[in-house]
Amino acid sequence: MNSRIAFIASNTFREAVRDRVLYNLIGFALILSAAAILVGQISIEIEKLVVINLGLTAVSLFGIVIAIFIGIGLVSKEIEKRTLYTVLSRPVRRWEFIVGKFFGLTGTLVVNTFFMAIGVFAALFYVSHRFVPADALIFIALYFIILEFVIICALALLFSSFSTPLLSAVFAFSIFVIGSFADDLRGFAAMTHGFTRWLATGAAYLVPNFSAFNIVSSVAHEQPVAPHLILQNSLYALFYAATALSGAVIIFEYRNLK
Amino acid sequence: MKQRRQVSIIAGACLMVSLAASALLLHHLDQVRAQATLEEVLYINSPKVLKRLSLGYEGLLADIYWTRAVQYFGGRHHNDARSYGLLAPLLEITTALDPHLIVAYHFGASFLAPAPPGGAGEPDRAIQLMEYGIRNNPDDWKLYYDLGFVYYMNLKDYPKAAGAFARGAKVPNAHPILGVLAAQMAEHAGEYETARMLWTATYQNTQDRQIRQNAIEHLRGLRVDEDVTQLQKAVTRFGERTGRLPASMPELMAAEGLRGMPLDPMRHPYKLMPDGRIEVSDPDYLPFATKGFPPGYKPQPKFHYDEK
Amino acid sequence: MSAIEILGLEKTYQVGFWRKRPKVALRPLHLTVEEGEIFGFLGPNGAGKTTTLKLLMGLAFPTGGSARILGRDWTDPEVKAQIGFLPEQPYFYDHLTAHELLNYYAQLSGVPAKERSQRVQATLQKVGLTDIKGVQLRKFSKGMLQRIGIAQAILHDPKLVFFDEPMSGLDPMGRREVRDLMEQLKQEGKTVFFSTHILSDAEALCDHVAIIHKGELRGLGAIEDLTSSVQGKIELIWQGTHVPASIKALGAECHVSGEMVRAVLDEAKQDAAIDALRREHLRLIALTPVRTSLETYFMEKLRRAETTAGKAS
Repeated sequence: MNSRIAFIASNTFREAVRDRVLYNLIGFALILSAAAILVGQISIEIEKLVVINLGLTAVSLFGIVIAIFIGIGLVSKEIEKRTLYTVLSRPVRRWEFIVGKFFGLTGTLVVNTFFMAIGVFAALFYVSHRFVPADALIFIALYFIILEFVIICALALLFSSFSTPLLSAVFAFSIFVIGSFADDLRGFAAMTHGFTRWLATGAAYLVPNFSAFNIVSSVAHEQPVAPHLILQNSLYALFYAATALSGAVIIFEYRNLK
Repeated sequence: MKQRRQVSIIAGACLMVSLAASALLLHHLDQVRAQATLEEVLYINSPKVLKRLSLGYEGLLADIYWTRAVQYFGGRHHNDARSYGLLAPLLEITTALDPHLIVAYHFGASFLAPAPPGGAGEPDRAIQLMEYGIRNNPDDWKLYYDLGFVYYMNLKDYPKAAGAFARGAKVPNAHPILGVLAAQMAEHAGEYETARMLWTATYQNTQDRQIRQNAIEHLRGLRVDEDVTQLQKAVTRFGERTGRLPASMPELMAAEGLRGMPLDPMRHPYKLMPDGRIEVSDPDYLPFATKGFPPGYKPQPKFHYDEK
Repeated sequence: MSAIEILGLEKTYQVGFWRKRPKVALRPLHLTVEEGEIFGFLGPNGAGKTTTLKLLMGLAFPTGGSARILGRDWTDPEVKAQIGFLPEQPYFYDHLTAHELLNYYAQLSGVPAKERSQRVQATLQKVGLTDIKGVQLRKFSKGMLQRIGIAQAILHDPKLVFFDEPMSGLDPMGRREVRDLMEQLKQEGKTVFFSTHILSDAEALCDHVAIIHKGELRGLGAIEDLTSSVQGKIELIWQGTHVPASIKALGAECHVSGEMVRAVLDEAKQDAAIDALRREHLRLIALTPVRTSLETYFMEKLRRAETTAGKAS
């Protein structure tokens, strides 16, 4: 069982890489280099701020886009193209397929993020000419971004298990946007009454809370991160992804393939 | 078929557990990160920058900031905060993103100018906010009202208040009260009646709960001040007539030729103290009164949503 | 133990978005396939062949009935290790090479690591694909993809293979190769279940066939029985152009072509006909039983179904 999941994961990774996903790194590198050079000309004091803000935001956004666009294709494309037929006619359980895809996609994003991180640090070194201990916070920011990816991948798989690629992309992207404002949604829910409040609160807790993962601004200002926040975010990402994946497994288990 | 059911049951259980766990974690996270949404305000408090960052969705962002401003103030107020440093930036950002979000100006008029703990204690920024609002909405008479209100209530600058009310009265479809207030400023600035007119007008011109509650509490305070003053005068008259203090409230009432017991706006009876002073029964419920408190008592402005 | 026992499998789809109407894709099907034989599953397009295969593979779920494959319940995942499946018009991961793809499938089928590359190599040779190292699948032609499809179905040496339209997309030479492959599989003791609408292939290969039309089983039996002389007729061929009256009197249908005459008549009249030819001094060239072709049997079954359906509606 475990080996099958590993095989599916590595195959997913290979497909993604061959599908020229990693070319996005070139775009990323270009943006970051341009920014670093430009900023060096503009102002001496905020260049580091800009590099970190821009760099981390780009890592996050690029990754989310990749996660959505590859993730949505993972299941629905396989069903449409019927590559799934030859896989499921083997002793592979349907749930193993979902879990394997999930790890493959997440793995792709981790690798992608790793290369981007090198880019960010390179740009940082270029503008600051040295590293300070506070720069270690960037690792934490990157870790949180990866946690965001974990959630998005799980959601993309969930939507992909029952919906067409286009709809899945729309859903996943919408949830990402709403999730970024999840704090405000909960605040809004607290201000309403009656049925609306019930509905809004339910929605607010169902939507992934991405704002908690977004520490880009505070890291740019070298604010320390509370350790228990790290633990909580990790657990939250874990449980949320597990929720979405369980949903995907159940849906896929009962799906008649066309 | 058995396999499917087994897998579904396990996955279903996993789903329930994970969902509950993530909801719980989120709830816990909320307590820890109570001020989280406001961190950004600290870092990007330039409205111009924010406007550019909003990529054209200023209206939505303005609504979000407005929600945050309301929650910020309400939440801190509930916890008896001493300062509201972020209220001004929040309102400024809100109105920078959407200059026509009128309720934000009303909110600023009520809560930016008064000193803590009733407000942020920044009357000058409040004035700036009102003027900005007027510039962007020159035909909205309510904004002139708000401007005059701030001059009157918090800066005690009656001529400027009069000026604001007068400007507003000239706006087409302006409420007649503006003309009345402008005139009132001239002669009866310091009187209860004027203050009552203003607070009543504030109450009637808005739907916002917090602003209304604030106005009601102020009106109650005015009522108490008036009542205590009148009752105190009655005690003095009694003393002049009989040469002693009244033994009880009923005796005082009888002497005045009045029936029944005087009640404060919270329907509690006023007390006649042995030393002849008039006191309110429950000063905690009358935060904006200035008379009728026991000696040494300091009012704590607080909202009590659960009372009428 | 039968290789496949289909016990009343049926499938009804709910079609439509708002008001769901039932659409019967497969009526309860009862079928048995013995080990070691080649079984043909015939029918026109849309008859329910692919539906049946999808149900057996667990890709879709039946609305009724069950099946046993190699003695086990068809939903048992362990069964999958011993079967191979070639879907119709297969499509594979574009960016992998043939070796990578087959290696992946070998992994999933549980082929031990040591044997994998050797098996892949051997299978590629078996299906006639050489010289494709390093070429990504998106560059393959349809025929090559079909061969890959066959390769992945037999890669793990399964006891039973299911082919859905295995000849589609192949040129005559390719089809010949596939036919030879299927014969070879049979010789290796494997069971082959394949669906097709090309009757000549079925006729050449199968031991048993089933005919399905509009989701319902119309015919079932061994090839010899189905194509044997149902009507009991024989065909006489003699030299010359003359048709004796006596033979016509026996109720023969005669055709003259070139220097020969062909006559078809009842088997019972065989001796009388030969005597008649001898009396006329006509030279008999051939006497053969008339075999109904599978196509005739097929069309008749379909036609009968249409008429009963016509009568019913």
